[in-house]
Formats: sequence, structure tokens, C-alpha cells
Amino acid sequence: MSTLSERILGASAGEYVDRNVDRAYAHDGTGVLALEAWKNMSGSRLAKATELYLQFDHIVPANNSTTATLQHELRAFARSSFMHFSDIGGGICHQLMSEGVVLPGEIVVGADSHSVTLGAFGAFATGVGATDMAAIWLTGETWFRVPESVGIHLSGRFTGAAEAKDLALTYVGKLGTDGATYQALEFVGEGMRHLSMDERLVLSNLSVEAGAKAGLCYADDITVRYLRERGHAVSAQFPEPCTYAQELEIDLSDVVPLVAVPPRVDMVKPVHELEGLPLDQVFVGTCTNGRYSDLARFARIVKGRKVAVRTIVIPASAEILEKTIRSGVLADIIGAGCTIGTPGCGPCIGYHMGVLGEGEVCLSTANRNFKNRMGVGGEIYLSSVVTAAASALEGEITAPEVV
Amino acid sequence: MQGEGHAVCLPADIDTDLIIAGRYLRTRDRSLWAAHVFEDLDPALAARLKGAVIVAGKNFGCGSSREQAPIAIREAGVAAVIAPSFARIFFRNAVNIGLPLIESNLSCEEGNSVRFNVAEGWVESGGKRCGIRPLSPRMREILAAGGLVEYWRGHQ
Repeated sequence: MSTLSERILGASAGEYVDRNVDRAYAHDGTGVLALEAWKNMSGSRLAKATELYLQFDHIVPANNSTTATLQHELRAFARSSFMHFSDIGGGICHQLMSEGVVLPGEIVVGADSHSVTLGAFGAFATGVGATDMAAIWLTGETWFRVPESVGIHLSGRFTGAAEAKDLALTYVGKLGTDGATYQALEFVGEGMRHLSMDERLVLSNLSVEAGAKAGLCYADDITVRYLRERGHAVSAQFPEPCTYAQELEIDLSDVVPLVAVPPRVDMVKPVHELEGLPLDQVFVGTCTNGRYSDLARFARIVKGRKVAVRTIVIPASAEILEKTIRSGVLADIIGAGCTIGTPGCGPCIGYHMGVLGEGEVCLSTANRNFKNRMGVGGEIYLSSVVTAAASALEGEITAPEVV
Repeated sequence: MQGEGHAVCLPADIDTDLIIAGRYLRTRDRSLWAAHVFEDLDPALAARLKGAVIVAGKNFGCGSSREQAPIAIREAGVAAVIAPSFARIFFRNAVNIGLPLIESNLSCEEGNSVRFNVAEGWVESGGKRCGIRPLSPRMREILAAGGLVEYWRGHQ
């Protein structure tokens, strides 16, 4: 009887295995060093059995000529190879891989820590650094230590204004930032039946904030339907009785809106304890909460009103941006006084547009609030989309109302 | 793999943003990363790292996959990093670029001499010897080759 990670990797927890990678992707940040390492491995060949992707999302468009030159070299390489290439504005790598690319049961490796996001499809998806990615480009393979798993048993349904981000912050708060190091999370239980693909992607996305190697959801009817709409016929996966290294039980109806206080993602507090904290910026987007359903929920709250603080909204992909235009969601967001950025990571990693000044405070829907991350001397609080919307309207941290 | 150096002691949960901030990543100039390593933790720290052994608390290197983090530490002249646990991507990255990481519960004072011998499986400071968790055979091979680039160059 196996965990999903054991089934996909075909070995028992604790064993070391070499496995072919089904899909491997890198971005404009990690791609630069990956290309250098690949060349230094005397690499002139690319693995044919692995689908390779390169997506520009971290500094898009380039902020200065140094970045532009690095991107120019990487773009030329991508175009001269058979890699799938997505240029600036296409969207965040993890989001693009979730738009009908990654399928249940696959082994997916991304050169970015939030590659765990794709575990939402029942794939074994994990992050590596640039040199590991270079070796995958060369050989199509990498080594894994098959992880022990943490069973996160979900029951019930959300009540009030709580949403998937609050659930994710709940489990990170309970596990701590290294609570699942070298382990995989598995989200199971009847509570999963009420979580959409967008919500599952949030759950899987934050698994690395508990140190986890992967965060998996079993593919079920919801997964099958999502992928069918994108042209893929896949089968559901069914959990077997298995041994978990740790177990956590969360009743979704107990989850309340939370905020992660800087500089740690596991320092979570109920929103009401922070109400009234003045904000200089609200940021809605990223691989955590920049999906269409997120922007639509945000728009529903701010529509017809005006935000009281500068608010940056960045769709996670071009597909999402286009959908917000067609549906009118974008007009509502702009009408409320927010501004829009190029699909990509935005200011989350503190490279460019939207970074904070010294002493400024941002409420962000992203996944990291480390010291100085969004700008030297700036502080980042993390919340759900609806908390961000309510707070943007007031200019201070504000508990969301039940919509 | 063996060596020694003066201990530079760091707390638990040092994240990759603290090791090398995002604002310094867009370059291939490794000396820039070494100059700014740990800047947001302690701007004076980089100057004390030549020949040092970092002895840190648990979960060292948590956060992003940026390989610039272990490269910055190596380029600053650090001989090895000892901690009770490492974040897993940082662990792989460090081995891949040839920076020895040692999982051990060694405790010591700032500035003390620390010796390590990975092959024999020990670290030592102030006369106290402490066991280490061995690397996997593959990681040992990669580290012995000098890193993953050299490893694959040898396997072509």
C-alpha cells in the first residue's frame, strides 16, 4: 500500500531512484545559470524524451540592459532548440504548466521552488536549482529520494470569508517552515470534494513553505473535468491505505481568515488581530493567487468603489488577463483605482516594478514574506484575496466580509 | 572530503533571500554574490567568511531555488556549512556546485576552530566530536567530482 509519491516514483519512501522526468521547466531567473551549467557539462544535446519548457516570468519586461542582455541570450537559445518557449507576458511558469499541460501521474521538475504547485493535478512535481535542471536538459533524468508523506486530512466546507489561502496558511502555521522538510504533503479527505482546481493549486503552492518536496492532490472528478475542458482524457487516482510520517486533520469549517506576519510564513494570526494596520500597498497576483477566480472575487468586492491605497493586480497568465478583459472583471478592477502589471511574478521577488520603499508595508496574496524580499526595509504581510480586497478599500488590514 | 576553519555561528531558518537578496541575482558575476552574501542578515558578515565553517541552526537555506545562494557562500571562501537540517533544494544545489554541507548537531562558539571529515563521518570543535548524517552515495559522487557539472562532464 503506497502513498501517491511512492506510486508515481515506483519505489518506497527512503529509497533513492533515478527517474526520467516527463516535463521540466525553467524561467528567466534560473534559466541563465542552467544554460551556463549545461554548456559547461559540454552539453550540446538536449534530452528528447522529456518535454522541456522555458518561460520568462520573473523580470518581465526586462528592467534594465543587464537583465535584457541575459534574457536575449536565453531567448536565442530557446528558439534554437526544441524547447517550448513562452516570452514576456505569457505568464508565470507554474500557471502555464497548469493550463492543460501537466497531467496526473507525471514526474514534473521545475527550476523554481514553487514547482510544487503542479502537485494539484496528482503529479509528482518538485523544484530544483539551475544545475540540476541543466543535467535534466542533458539526460532527461534526475535522482530522487522517495519522500515520506504527511497526510493532511480535510473535512467539511469553508464557512464565512475563509478561502483556500487561509487553509494553506493554516497548515503552514501548524507544520512550521521546516515541518515537512524532505517529505511530501498529500491532501486527502472528503473536504477535497469542495475544492476547485484553482483552490487546490493554492494548497499545493504553499507546500514548500512548510519545507515539503511536493504537495499532492489525488486526481478526481474535478481534475478530470478541468483537464477534459483542455482537451485531455485522464483517469482519476484513488488513495490506498498507506503509512504517513505525520498526519494533520483540518475541518474546513474551522478555518478563519489569516495573515502571515513578516518575516515568516508560519507566523500566522487571525486577521482581526491585525485590523487597522496601515498599508502602503496591496498586491494581488502571483503563482499563489493570480488566477481568474481570484481576480473575479477581488473585482466583486471592489467593483463600484475606490481603493484607499495603491493596489497592483497582476494576472498570472495572458490567458487569465484575456479572460478578465472579456468578462469585464478587468474594467471593474481598474475602475476601482487599481493598476495592472504584465502577467508574471510582479514585485513578489523584489526585482522590479512594485517594490517597496523603506518603511513601507504591503499586504500581498503571494507566498513569501521574508525580510527585504519586496524591497529593502519594506514589510510583507500575506493574506487571501478577499482579505486583500477588503484591506485595499480601507487602506489598512481589514477583515473580509462574508460575500 | 575534510577541512577546518573558524566557526561563524548563525541562527535557525536562514532563508535564501537572507543569503543573497533578489536584487543581486541578475548577473553571472559570482564575485558580486560573494560581496553581498548575508547582507540583509549582517552587512559585516561577508568579510568574516574566508576560511570559515558556518555552524547554523536547523532548516538552513529555506525558501527559493536560487543557486546563487550556495554559490555566494562558496565564493566567499566558506569551507563547509554544518546544520542539523537543510532545506532540500538548497541541499541539492550546494552539493551540485561543490559546497560541502554537513548534517550534524554540533554546537560551538563563534570563532572556535571546527574540523570536519565527511568520509570518516565526524565534525569536531573544542575537543568534542559529533557524528554526521551521511550523504547518499550519489551525492558523495557528485561532491567528490567537484559538482554536478564536473560529474556529467566525466560521464559524457
